Amino acid sequence: MTELVQTEPSPAPSLGTRVEIVPIFLFAAFAAAPLLATVSGAEGYVLSLLTRVMIFGIAAMALDLILGYGALVSFGHAAFLGLGGYAVGILASHGIDDALVQVPVALAASALFALVTGAISLRTKGVYFIMITLAFGQMLYFLATSLAAYGGDDGMTLPSRSLVAGFSVLKSDFTFYWICLLCLLGTYAFSRAVVASRFGRVLRGTRDNATRMEAIGFRPFRFQLTAYVISGMMTGLAGCLLANQAEFVSPAFMTWQRSGELIFMVVLGGLGSLHGAIIGAAAFLLLEEFLPEILHAASFFLSDEVRDHLAENWKMVFGPLLILVVLFARGGIMGLLRRPRHG
Amino acid sequence: MAEPLLELRNLRKAYGALVVTDNVSLSVTPGELHAVIGPNGAGKTTLIHQISGMLPSDTGSILFGGEDITSLPMPQRVRRGLARSFQITSILPGFSALENVALAVQARSGSSFRLFGKAAQEKNLNDPAMECLSQVGLAARAHVPAGLLSHGEKRQLELAIGLATEPKLLLLDEPLAGTGHEESLRVVETLRRLKGRLTIVLIEHDMEAVFALADRVSVLVYGRVLATDTPGRIRENPDVRAAYLGEEELV
Ligand SMILES: Nc1ncnc2c1ncn2[C@@H]1O[C@H](COP(=O)(O)OP(=O)(O)OP(=O)(O)O)[C@@H](O)[C@H]1O
Ligand SMILES: [Mg+2]
Repeated sequence: MTELVQTEPSPAPSLGTRVEIVPIFLFAAFAAAPLLATVSGAEGYVLSLLTRVMIFGIAAMALDLILGYGALVSFGHAAFLGLGGYAVGILASHGIDDALVQVPVALAASALFALVTGAISLRTKGVYFIMITLAFGQMLYFLATSLAAYGGDDGMTLPSRSLVAGFSVLKSDFTFYWICLLCLLGTYAFSRAVVASRFGRVLRGTRDNATRMEAIGFRPFRFQLTAYVISGMMTGLAGCLLANQAEFVSPAFMTWQRSGELIFMVVLGGLGSLHGAIIGAAAFLLLEEFLPEILHAASFFLSDEVRDHLAENWKMVFGPLLILVVLFARGGIMGLLRRPRHG
Repeated sequence: MAEPLLELRNLRKAYGALVVTDNVSLSVTPGELHAVIGPNGAGKTTLIHQISGMLPSDTGSILFGGEDITSLPMPQRVRRGLARSFQITSILPGFSALENVALAVQARSGSSFRLFGKAAQEKNLNDPAMECLSQVGLAARAHVPAGLLSHGEKRQLELAIGLATEPKLLLLDEPLAGTGHEESLRVVETLRRLKGRLTIVLIEHDMEAVFALADRVSVLVYGRVLATDTPGRIRENPDVRAAYLGEEELV
C-alpha cells in the first residue's frame, strides 16, 4: 500500500489553464482581422465572411454548452437561429426596427420555445432526444415556410439593418463587425462562467454520470432544461445577428441541414471547450468557402478539365474530409492543439 | 424498541417470472448497523435499489422516519436523509475526488442554480468535503481525478460521497467488494467509527466484517428474508446454516 501512495500521480492541472492561450489568440485574431481586411483590398468580402464566422461561432458555442457539457445532442438548434432571424424580420416589417426591442423579443421567443420543447424532449434520452429535437426544429421550419405574409418559402428582405436606440450604427460593416465580436466575447465570457459555476458543475456531473447525481440528491432534468433554455437564447441572439448580416431571413435559416452543420462545427472544433466550437465554426465556414480554390490549386498535376470538375464538386471532398477529421482527430481541433503538450 | 427509522412492508419486485424481492418486510431501528447477507443473486442489490428509489417496487411500501416514501424519486429520498453507495462503483471519473464529494455537499446546500462564481473554489463546499474525505482516509488523494484512484480508494470515495449528503440512513452495497486487505481494514475501521452516529444498512459478503460490525443481521435467500436476529443467533440458526451450506463459511 505504501508504494501506492508514493507513486500517486501529481494532480492533473486543469485543461482550462493549460490551453488558455488558445482563446486569447483567437479573440486577438478576430480583433486584428478588420485591419488586415483593409489592406487585403477585398474589405467587404473579408469582413462579411468573418462576421458570419463569429455569428456561427456564437451559435456553435451555445450548442457546445449543452452538447459538450451536457451530452444533449440537439438536432434542432437551427430553429433558434430562425426564431432570432424571424423576430428581427417580422418586427422590422411592422416598422419596429430597433434592436433594443427586437433582441429582447427574440430572446424571449427563444427562451419560450426552448422551455416548451426542452421540457418535452428532455423526458427522452439518446436517439429519441435527437429525433424529437429534430422534429421540433422541422415543425418551426414548416411554420416559417407557411408564413405567406412574411415571404413563405422565399423569405423576406429586411428594409435595413436594425437601429440601435434609434441610430443606424449597424449600417457600417465595420461597426457591425465590432458588435458581433462584442457579442461573441460576451457570450463566451458568460458561458465560461456558467460552466465553472455551481450550475455548470451539476450539468457536467450529469453528463458524466446521471445516476450518481441523482444519488446525491440532484434532479438532472431541471438543470438540463435550464441549460437548454440558455443555449436556445444564445442561439437566438446569433439568429438576430445573422438576419442583420444577410439583411434577409428565410426558412433556410432553420433547415435540419443547418442543425447538422452546427453539430458538426462543435465536433470539428472539439466538444466541451467553448472556444473549440468557435474554431470549429471558423474551420467549417472557411473550408466551405475556400475548398474549391484549395482543391483547384492542390490538383495542379491533373488536367484542367479534371481540376475544374474537382473544384465544382468540392462537396464530394468536403464530406469525407469532415468524416476523416472526426475519425482521426478525436477531440477535434482542440484535441490536436492539446496533444503535443501531453509530454 | 424505538420507532423504526426504515420500515419495509411486503415489498415485492419481479422480473417477468423471476421474483427477485419476495414479500420482504424489515425494520431498521435508529442507530443500528443492520447487515443484510445472502448468497449471490439473492436480491440484495435489488432491495437496495428499491429502498433508494432507483427501482420502483411492484407492491408493498417503504416508510422512512414514519413517512411513506414508496413513490418518491431517488433525489427526494436523498434529501430526506437516505443515501446509498453502489456495488459497482459509481463516481464521476473526470472530477477530482474532492469535487465528487463537494458536489454532494453542494446538493444539500440548496443553491445550485448559481450561474456565476467558481464552484471548485468555494470554501464552504470544499471544507466539509475535505472533512468527509478525511473520515474515510482519502484526504491525501483529494486532488487526484477520481478515475485514477485505485479500486479500493474508489470504494472509500463512494463512502465519502454518501457521508457528504449528511444521511440519517446510509445504504452500503458491498463497500468491501474487491478491496485489498489493508483497504478493507480501513473501511471497517471507518464503519466502526460511524456506527452509532448513523444508521447503516450494510450488504456485505465478508462475514468477518459483518459479524464484527453488525448489531442485527438479516439473511436474504431467493428474495425472501429467512431470518433477522443478532449476529450470534444468526450464526446458530439452522435454516441459515442450511441456506449457506456449500456456499460460504459462516464464521
Ligand atoms: N434488470 C434485471 N432483469 C432481470 N433480472 C435481473 C435484473 N436485475 C437483477 N436481476 C436478477 O435478480 C436476481 C437478484 O439480483 P441482485 O443483483 O439483486 O442480487 P445480489 O443479491 O445483489 O447478488 P450479488 O451478491 O451477486 O451482488 C439475480 O438473479 C439477477 O440475475
Ligand atoms: Mg449485489
